[in-house]
Amino acid sequence: MVRYPAFFPLILLVLSIAINLFLQPNMFDRETLNSNMRVFLPLILLTVGQAIVLLGGGIDISVGGVVSIVNTILATRVGLDGSPERMWQFVMISLLVGALAGAINGFFIAYLRLQPIITTYATSFLYAGLALFILPNPGGGIPADIANLYRTSTPLGLPLAFYVIAILLMVWIYISSTRYGKYLFAVGGKATAAYETAVPVTWIQLSIYIISGFMAALAGIAITMLSGSGNAEIGGQMTLNSITAVVIGGNAFSGGIGGVTGPVMGAVTLSLLQNIISFAHINTWWETLAKAMIIVLALAVPGIINLVRRRRA
Amino acid sequence: MKRFTISPPVAALILAVILFLLSGFLPNSYGSDVKVALSQATNIVRLSVFLGVIAAGQTLVIISGFEGIDLSAGSIVTLTAILSYVLVKGENNMVLPALLVSLVVGAFIGLLNGAGITFLKISPFVMTLGMSGVVTGAVIIINHGNVSGKVAPIMTRLIARPISQSIPIPGAIVIWLIFGVLMWLLLERTAFGKNLFAIGVNRVASKLSGVNVTGMNLATYSLAGLLAGFGGFLVVGNTGVVLIQLGQPFLFPSIAAVAVGGTLLSGGKGSYWGSMAGAIVLTLITSLLTTMQMPDSVRRMVLGGTLLILISIYGRQQALRQ
Repeated sequence: MVRYPAFFPLILLVLSIAINLFLQPNMFDRETLNSNMRVFLPLILLTVGQAIVLLGGGIDISVGGVVSIVNTILATRVGLDGSPERMWQFVMISLLVGALAGAINGFFIAYLRLQPIITTYATSFLYAGLALFILPNPGGGIPADIANLYRTSTPLGLPLAFYVIAILLMVWIYISSTRYGKYLFAVGGKATAAYETAVPVTWIQLSIYIISGFMAALAGIAITMLSGSGNAEIGGQMTLNSITAVVIGGNAFSGGIGGVTGPVMGAVTLSLLQNIISFAHINTWWETLAKAMIIVLALAVPGIINLVRRRRA
Repeated sequence: MKRFTISPPVAALILAVILFLLSGFLPNSYGSDVKVALSQATNIVRLSVFLGVIAAGQTLVIISGFEGIDLSAGSIVTLTAILSYVLVKGENNMVLPALLVSLVVGAFIGLLNGAGITFLKISPFVMTLGMSGVVTGAVIIINHGNVSGKVAPIMTRLIARPISQSIPIPGAIVIWLIFGVLMWLLLERTAFGKNLFAIGVNRVASKLSGVNVTGMNLATYSLAGLLAGFGGFLVVGNTGVVLIQLGQPFLFPSIAAVAVGGTLLSGGKGSYWGSMAGAIVLTLITSLLTTMQMPDSVRRMVLGGTLLILISIYGRQQALRQ
């Protein structure tokens, strides 16, 4: 179980795909697949950043705020009739803003040694407030043809999201084999021990929040291209989902165990669950309970398996 | 540099007083009228009671360490508020049964949290987050769009109104003070309290010295649920109406109140006095920003910034180099 942290999430993923396919037989048609994946991608991007932070022993509650900031920047500065050059220019600025927001978190946590959960909670207010300041009422937008680039591109017949996920996983596989990857696991496992063996702990801690902010900015860009419009509250719901996805993906909440592949599967599973519940025609009143029960069950099963195993041993 | 020491609860309280005095200079504030100032101060403390009681359970689970946190507190508040509202139906003799039901339901949800965390080894953050979803789902089903019920006159009388004509202190504040003393006794004068701090510092060491860590964990989360349930009962007694989003706005402020009060989020150190002071500071800042008629965006940014400054002052963890 510990040796293959992505094993259980894989079972969950296959299970949820099977149920989804049963309820929605045309799920693997090019159109349906693409329209699903483009909705899933923002959460997947956010989850990858969250997974890195949790691996390094932290947590980032401010990611939703960063998503909102990026969304409001693009929606107000590019506008519905903006030129493509202007769009790409502000995409670059958004990425910088995301990394900067992450760097602020990282500065307080790594250099001032504040506790991650309360620090990023405080900055989540800063970021969400800033987003609301940029765009007090929902509105604005990006040009439709640029949004369609995200919504309808299917190079070689596969949804754009597949390529993004493939790139992310390849980058992760490369990174985890580098020295930085080893350091990441060391800091997440036990920061004091890592420090004593000359791992640059503060720098690693700073870097994970910059990565998370950057990934949140990517998620913000994706969700803006998906919706085509601006709303300062768009990211608010995504933060806790990204944390749930990482844990369903088999990573240890306390850091040092896991990877990025599992969390990506966790994010897809979580998104599919939403689909399944809306396709299963569950009474609207029961939807929230059903979803929460399934999530708790998914979290509990590895624990139950371990419990049974220990009883037998 | 000589390190000057001032305990976090005192620091938070001093900050609250200074902020309140400064707020007198605001254009639409109390000005130089002492009587208005006093009633405004009383009102802010009264509003802090609800956050303060909900932060009590949070204080316990955070002191217990091992990344302890209770994200289900907000939804428990909503649930027990709705249950009290429905059960009481405006009758005074149903108040005690409703209170009892609130406490039992809260404790049961807390026990489930504790069981998941202790036996299934789910991290508290995720376990209580999931539980929060389950309880919210249950609330939606119970609520079904609207509920019929009514708060009993005696609840409003005890919670929202002043004690008597001559003493203009609301009952809620008296309840909170008694509650604070009980919490202090629990933390500082009982075996449970001692063991709680012990498992917060080091679980293995406490286990080896004979502390029943499993039992402590279950008891702590049950107690946290019970206290959140009590919070829900108080909240509905004050508002007199129920909403599906009644408790959720208390959740993260309850964690912030604990942190502002100087309780270490990593566990093992803290006090309920601190959380009380933290609740007052947070409520004060929120209501000041409302008085100043700031837009929501500025309000959020100021709240976030203040929180960041407060925890930068005394929320710092040990350096890696020792």
